[in-house]
Amino acid sequence: MERIEQKEARFADNENRLRELLVQGLNGDAAAYHQFLKTLSAHLRAYFRKRLFQRTDAVEDLVQETLLAVHNQRHTYRTDQPLTPWAHAIARYKLVDLLRSRATREALTDPLDDALEIFAASDTDAADAKKDLDKLLAGLPDRQRLPIVHVKLEGLSVVEAAQRTGMSESAIKIGVHRGLKALAARIRGGA
Amino acid sequence: MKTEELVALLAAGVAPVPGNTARRRFAVAMGWGVAGAVLLLLLALGLRPGLAQAAGEFVFWMKPAFAASLALASFVVAERLARPGARPGLAWAALATPVLAVWLVAAVVLANAAPAQRADLVFGATWKFCPFNIALISLPLLAAALWAMKGMAPTRLALAGASAGLLAGALGALVYALHCPESAAPFLAVWYVLGIAIPTLAGAALGPRVLRW
Repeated sequence: MERIEQKEARFADNENRLRELLVQGLNGDAAAYHQFLKTLSAHLRAYFRKRLFQRTDAVEDLVQETLLAVHNQRHTYRTDQPLTPWAHAIARYKLVDLLRSRATREALTDPLDDALEIFAASDTDAADAKKDLDKLLAGLPDRQRLPIVHVKLEGLSVVEAAQRTGMSESAIKIGVHRGLKALAARIRGGA
Repeated sequence: MKTEELVALLAAGVAPVPGNTARRRFAVAMGWGVAGAVLLLLLALGLRPGLAQAAGEFVFWMKPAFAASLALASFVVAERLARPGARPGLAWAALATPVLAVWLVAAVVLANAAPAQRADLVFGATWKFCPFNIALISLPLLAAALWAMKGMAPTRLALAGASAGLLAGALGALVYALHCPESAAPFLAVWYVLGIAIPTLAGAALGPRVLRW
């Protein structure tokens, strides 16, 4: 009994801490958002590793794909809702999508797992991803690649990136947004 | 790229994200969809004769009331299916209520009608066209609803597609009431429900193909 209570208390802790970080992130706090994604990636890694035990080589790819999905779809999180079911639904969707698309459904050991499982464990031991995001990024058109490189990798402001590239500020913002969506689509397409 | 680097990339310079985007996105999409549907109705079918006069009668309002309450319930269901981890819950019941209500009224009307009149009450004068016309008028709405859904993150794609189709069908039926001369409950209970079912099934079929993310 006591162990179950402890376990539930840990879930509640994780939920509250992560949720607070995400809410701050959605308000534009990049440091909190960074911490959120970092913690989430460790949870995702543990979650996927447990469920892809026959294909551990796919784990890191799936972690990255799911992180991109969480980022691109973060507007679907409503801050008055608990975070656990949201994060779990995305992770599970990406997992099922992978297993379905590669016709390896038999590797899915327990498809109907509990939503609480998503934050049950954490694993910071990242293997190398097989799909190279740098290469996928390099394959994007300039109007999407340059905004991502300047704003997201070099840390320039939108104004600076606009001056550097000769693009308008709104074109920079749209380029980042669409570029990350395109990146997610290319990861998914197995490119 | 290492995962750490991806995390840093995603977090760099994030802008604030406005809340409640799902509802807003659906509302905007449906606004355009209804405008498109009305335009299509005016071009392809035209308004019914005596619309202003009919609008003064109580029975006229059953059709729009049925379609509007179904649209409202399917809006709630679709908006929830668009967000990971959100469940429609009681909204399922809200979805069933208008349909059950119209069936109940239809049953009462038929039971009280003279046997010779029953066929007329069910078939009216336009039963052959009604479901297809509703499906036709729903087309711009279906495109708009799927667009709205596509910008969110549905995890059950066939169900999400069906809810988008149902929303499109219910609003399509609402618009079609501007053309349709029928007002008997038994007619509604069969042909309107059938007409709304067509875009719903289309949405369910399209969902897994067009809504992946």
